[in-house]
Amino acid sequence: MELWFSEIHTQNVRLDIKLNRHLFSGQSEYQRVDIYESLEYGRILILDGFTMLTEKDEFVYHDMLSHVPMAVNPNIEKVLIIGAGDGGMVRELARYPTIKHMDMVEIDKMVVDACIEHLPQIAHALNDPRLNLYFEDGLKFVRTKQNEYDLIVVDSTDPFGPGEGLFTKEFYGNCYNAMTDAGIMVNQLGGTFYAHDILSMQRAFGKIKGAFPVAYAYQANVSTYPGGHWLFGFATKAAHPIRDAQLDKWQKFGLDTQYYNTKLHAGAFALPNHVLKLLEGGNV
Amino acid sequence: MNQNLAPIAGALEKLRTHRIVPFDVPGHKRGKGNPDLTAFFGQRAVEVDANSMPMLDFLGSPVGVIKEAEELAATAFGASAAFLMVGGTTSSVQAMIMFAVKRGEKILMPRNIHKSALSSLILSGAEPVYIDPSTDKNLGISLGMKLADIEAAITANTDAKAIFLNNPTYYGICSDLQSIVRLAHAHNMLVLVDEAHGTHFSFSEGLPMSAMDAGADMSAVSVHKSGGSLTQSSILLTGKGVNPSHVRQIINLTQTTSASYLLLASLDISRRHLALNGKEIFRKVIDLTTYARSEINQIGKYYAFGKEIINHDSIFDFDTTKLSVNTLKTGLAGIEVYDILRGDYEIQIEYGDIGNFLAYVSIGDEKRDIERLCSSLKDILRTRGKSPMGMMGSEYIHPQVVLTPQEAFYGEKRAMQLTDSLGEISGESVMCYPPGIPVFAPGERITKEALDYIAYAREKGCSISGTQDPDVKEVLVLK
Repeated sequence: MELWFSEIHTQNVRLDIKLNRHLFSGQSEYQRVDIYESLEYGRILILDGFTMLTEKDEFVYHDMLSHVPMAVNPNIEKVLIIGAGDGGMVRELARYPTIKHMDMVEIDKMVVDACIEHLPQIAHALNDPRLNLYFEDGLKFVRTKQNEYDLIVVDSTDPFGPGEGLFTKEFYGNCYNAMTDAGIMVNQLGGTFYAHDILSMQRAFGKIKGAFPVAYAYQANVSTYPGGHWLFGFATKAAHPIRDAQLDKWQKFGLDTQYYNTKLHAGAFALPNHVLKLLEGGNV
Repeated sequence: MNQNLAPIAGALEKLRTHRIVPFDVPGHKRGKGNPDLTAFFGQRAVEVDANSMPMLDFLGSPVGVIKEAEELAATAFGASAAFLMVGGTTSSVQAMIMFAVKRGEKILMPRNIHKSALSSLILSGAEPVYIDPSTDKNLGISLGMKLADIEAAITANTDAKAIFLNNPTYYGICSDLQSIVRLAHAHNMLVLVDEAHGTHFSFSEGLPMSAMDAGADMSAVSVHKSGGSLTQSSILLTGKGVNPSHVRQIINLTQTTSASYLLLASLDISRRHLALNGKEIFRKVIDLTTYARSEINQIGKYYAFGKEIINHDSIFDFDTTKLSVNTLKTGLAGIEVYDILRGDYEIQIEYGDIGNFLAYVSIGDEKRDIERLCSSLKDILRTRGKSPMGMMGSEYIHPQVVLTPQEAFYGEKRAMQLTDSLGEISGESVMCYPPGIPVFAPGERITKEALDYIAYAREKGCSISGTQDPDVKEVLVLK
């Protein structure tokens, strides 16, 4: 017997991962949630048929959405995390003793419950005393906030389905309003390889540029995401991601990270030509 | 009657499975003759685009499945008779007016009528007697009809044959229909209700009374609005005092003899859905709009009004499924918010006028769509909000009727600059869309109020139409 999970990347391309066993399946009000144990990638979390993370490569994504903004502003104290029901973002951010308060807003409680049970390596920090967990729509939550957060991390699903609202002009505008003057918003922007991903990434980045005076995209390679090459958004009211980075100060946190280091910080913002072209030259 | 049935849809299903060889129109022959058409609409849709035949009945004189479907609809809506209409609710409104009044007869109506009512006056030659729908100065919207105003109009025009009402209005405002019906019937006047925005009243709890329940004689319901059928389909309902055979004759004066079975089947299927599931559907819609109202009002400046505006007279009741939002305090016109939502936020709302906009909420909406709307409104207020100076509130233009619409429309006319037309008698109508209500109509004297309003609406981005001149720079006035 062979058990495989197929993720449809495009109509003509799919990624097959051989499974060892099934751990969880559920249909919430918002989406279908599956967790499997695979032979190559460890445990994998799948929402509506799309891989959200695998135990083997999740560190890339979580490092890049947490340590990059923390190195630009190591004084961040109050954080808002949108989505991230697997707990990976909290796990990384909880390593900073200087962070005093984290609000996490995940729409789907089923994701959190399933990850606590089946992905403890990722979800273990969800009991951090600095964390307040809200099960509601991030788009709604951020609408009610003003001048409050030093960092907003948007760890969303793709812009189809329940995550759609987190790729909109109104969401980015309300994030701007919810941020302090020194605030930073980072988000997952999507892939740069397949036409379908490119289009939604371009649209999202265009909206971020419209809402923030400073907006850049940066990159990492996440092997299980479609096409592999992945972009993140970095937006502030003033701070520049490289010129204003406080890499020495960040070093003093003494964190042992698997992917991020201060040397790759500037490099992450140095995008390949074809990607720059996709962003209409609008980066760095 | 068994509301689980959908006789027209059933007959079309039979047509599909019986594989009858078509030597009749339409010429695309179940789509085979026009592959692009079939690819675009889908095989199932073009297969049922058929012509009248015994098994599908004839809309002009129904004896089979259309008759059954109309009887089911009449029962479902609480009417004595129902007529399936394929020319939009415009055709239902025109049938009502042409049934009730003929040349030279009077009909009482509010001025904020849809252009379909005005065009039926041109067709029939009836004389409108306008009643001022009172206006809420703060909200800048027309309200329902005050009973005292109707009583005064009836007393002054005891020879009028009918009274025509919009109920609910676009914004969800309802009049005291039951009392109006009692008053009108006591004076032998028919009550005709443009219920285009109230299809759901017959299928839900906790909403205002439907025209049929209130005892009205005729009602035009846009099933394609809140009822979910295909665009252009509508139903005309009649009460027990109305002769259905004569109504049928009136309808047949202008109705197509090639009615679309896509439209007819959509009415049939939607009526079944409403009859079986309406209560649940509209409970969900009310929950969504109630939530949206509360969220929008928390933003501040915007006013999403609800039942609190009820005054037991000109606002006798309010349709809480309508998400109507007043924007005057944001410094933005409703139409500006409409344009910003569509242009910058990829949100299409139903319409906006000077002081308000309407977001149409239906069973097809999800909570997350409501969140997008509320968040966009918040962001628009932050980035685009202005001081509310110089916003024009009210939009009621007092009409001065000199000739009947028909006399003026067919009268001898000359063209002149709209801006120079003050005091002339208009030979055509000018409408601002939104809201699509005539600013002045054929036979009315052109007033300063009307010209000022047109200039202001144009500046705010409303589209102006109705005249022969597509740019509405010139207007035809009577010689």
